[in-house]
Amino acid sequence: MRAVELLDITKRFGTLTANKAVNLAVESGEVHCLLGENGAGKTTLMKILFGLYQADSGSIRVNERPVTIRRPDDAIGLGIGMVHQHFMLVPRLTVTENVIAGSEVSRHGFLDMNTAVEDIAKLAERYRLRVAPRARVEDISVGQQQRVEILKALYRKADFLILDEPTAVLTPQETDDLFEIIRRLKNDGKTVVFITHKLRETMAISDRVTVLRDGAVVDTLNTAETSPAELARRMVGRDVLLRVERPPSEVGAPLLEVRDLSVASRYGTAVESISFSVRAGEILGIAGVEGNGQLELEEAIVGLRRLSSGTMTVRAKELGTGPDARREVGMAHIPSDRLRRGVVPDFSVAWNLILGSQWRSPFSRRGAFSRKQINEYAERVVAQYGIRCGSIDAPVRSLSGGNQQKLVVARELSRKPDVVIACQPTRGVDVGAIEYIHNQLLAMRASGKAILLISAELDEVRALSDRILVMYEGKIVAERSCDAAESELGLLMAGHQAEAG
Amino acid sequence: MWLEILAVIFNLRTLNAAIRMSTPIALAAMGGAFSERAGVINIGLEGMLLVGAFAGAVGSYATGSALLGTLLGVAAGAATAAVFSIFTVEFRANHVVAGVGINILALGLTTWLMQVVWRTRGISPAVARVQSIRIPLISDIPVIGQVIGVQSPFVFVMIALIVGGWVLLFRTPLGLRIRMTGEHPEAADTLGINVRFIKHFSVILGGALCGFGGAYLSIGNIGRFSMGMSAGRGFMGLAANIFGQWNPIGGLGASMLFSYADAVQIRLQTMEIALPHQIIQMIPYLLTIVILAGGVVKSRPPAALGNHYRSGGGT
Repeated sequence: MRAVELLDITKRFGTLTANKAVNLAVESGEVHCLLGENGAGKTTLMKILFGLYQADSGSIRVNERPVTIRRPDDAIGLGIGMVHQHFMLVPRLTVTENVIAGSEVSRHGFLDMNTAVEDIAKLAERYRLRVAPRARVEDISVGQQQRVEILKALYRKADFLILDEPTAVLTPQETDDLFEIIRRLKNDGKTVVFITHKLRETMAISDRVTVLRDGAVVDTLNTAETSPAELARRMVGRDVLLRVERPPSEVGAPLLEVRDLSVASRYGTAVESISFSVRAGEILGIAGVEGNGQLELEEAIVGLRRLSSGTMTVRAKELGTGPDARREVGMAHIPSDRLRRGVVPDFSVAWNLILGSQWRSPFSRRGAFSRKQINEYAERVVAQYGIRCGSIDAPVRSLSGGNQQKLVVARELSRKPDVVIACQPTRGVDVGAIEYIHNQLLAMRASGKAILLISAELDEVRALSDRILVMYEGKIVAERSCDAAESELGLLMAGHQAEAG
Repeated sequence: MWLEILAVIFNLRTLNAAIRMSTPIALAAMGGAFSERAGVINIGLEGMLLVGAFAGAVGSYATGSALLGTLLGVAAGAATAAVFSIFTVEFRANHVVAGVGINILALGLTTWLMQVVWRTRGISPAVARVQSIRIPLISDIPVIGQVIGVQSPFVFVMIALIVGGWVLLFRTPLGLRIRMTGEHPEAADTLGINVRFIKHFSVILGGALCGFGGAYLSIGNIGRFSMGMSAGRGFMGLAANIFGQWNPIGGLGASMLFSYADAVQIRLQTMEIALPHQIIQMIPYLLTIVILAGGVVKSRPPAALGNHYRSGGGT
């Protein structure tokens, strides 16, 4: 039986068509992946099914009967539940309050919290969703918060669950736990739609997969009869190299040198006497589990944080203080926190592209902007870097994560820097954009620039770097060549110096 | 001298006055609590109090019944709040600007209507008022009797409303929905909670509470309306709400503290103290500033306070 059918769904936002005549059929009891790049229209489609958006045209059938879904409570009434990518939880309320709101248990008109807590504990027990019902949401881990979201749907007797990019915020261990939960739900007869852009997850968890590209369905396939390469090709619309080619390059003189750099943090020392140099035509990768001082190192290098001690030079010249001194000597920065440091989300694409150069010719003359020059420049860069946006006047907030990141990369690399500090450059970015950004970094390398790559994605560090430094608890614990084994690096990242050494 | 001042401060009659004076402030504070727990900043409490005071006096004047006057005050407060919530929720006006607008509108409208109704500018003629009541047994108990034995019925209703408001907010399904709406309207929406209804309901309930508090000002005590008679009590209520952590009972406590300072201040003025009376009059306001700005209380407003939310992906 078909649990849900979407027929000819079309949805427009202004000039952008998010869904173009999409047809999707989900069989009852299957795990169905919706695979596509960021901005392909996966979330929009599911928000239409959940009643958060209204389709401009098309129809919906649930359990083979036509239905109208105007609001989330219509969807809830039809047994549809959705776990959103950005959790819909109130931090200061308890788990139970978050779960029951809107479907409260009451006795004589008053909330019956004890019954609610019991019900939730039972439900959690049944699906092994370990979480304390009386804990405040702000006090529990991200993995537990996700379980609360799943509980919210199950509490409303959902038998059709939509999970929107559920693994984006999880550690590998938590992801394994989630997959276990999904299998248990499936065994219990539930139908699951799993939105993702990760091929590995699609292969691991789904029975069938529907690939979306540019708002339209490319194909629906049986997972067992397809391969990651085939899925990637359909998703991006061309062959994708799942591994980048890294040709040999001419390594020149050191461009960026860091000597005995230490950075204090509120809790003590975040970075402890780190020294390295990055040479022209080289990518130096810094691997490590997040939270081992990478952020502090990044901020110190780009001038956003004060050093406790140490020196930094670019082309053997000591750097002044502040980010501007770095820009002057040709340092570019792709920040790890895109929305806080990389873009101004409410500014247009054009403004974001000139940030940092806004007072320079040709963008401004005698203290006033030249809109003509700015717009021409923005149009050119958008075309050159293939940034998908409604127009250069669209706010950056309206772009997908991948396109926001392309914008940052475009802005930073268009300055023709000599030294590039690339931090978590592909976080929250889809396959197509990852490949693109990796190739841009390799192109910089080929043209004799020095690139420092700080990333928590070990695959990324291994694929791009000429040399790899492993950072652990604020220190560089090892240097390895690019062909070091994944297992060895993994052990070093976990602090197993002796065993790995 | 110092003994006399202390005698004024620690005096049961001062406490009796403080409870009486806290009535409109505590009601305004609870009005603010409902509105802001649903995510709507309510600067317009002052105006809603004033409209309630005026409508209370007019109702009492027209019908000769203070009870009907009070009901009209409540209705007028709610109607003013309805205007405010239509602007803020439906037309998504900036909450602060709309609230200031309500205050200016209330002052202008009541002053003008006063001329229409009574052909006077400053103060209305006397109208029927609600008499204080003596509670038989309680008034004979030594200390408690002096504090609440003889009070306006408004005071008792206010205390009942505060307790009821607290129960509604923290112990009922509707209260949970209100709190969720002010914290995370999108989450509320995905749970099938009608965010618009909750916001309108909370703001209008807050307005009704202000209307009741306003009616107390005009017909619960002196039996007259005078121009601008809310005299900043709505703003005191706004502060008391924050000091009271968006909780009706906390708001009552804060209002009592402010009113106590006010009651002391009034009594000190009648004494011969070598301080200009303007300085003495400042005491309650200085106290407010010290408490709110001095970090005596670390306040944490509802997370989505002041934001607009529209279902369906529009911004």
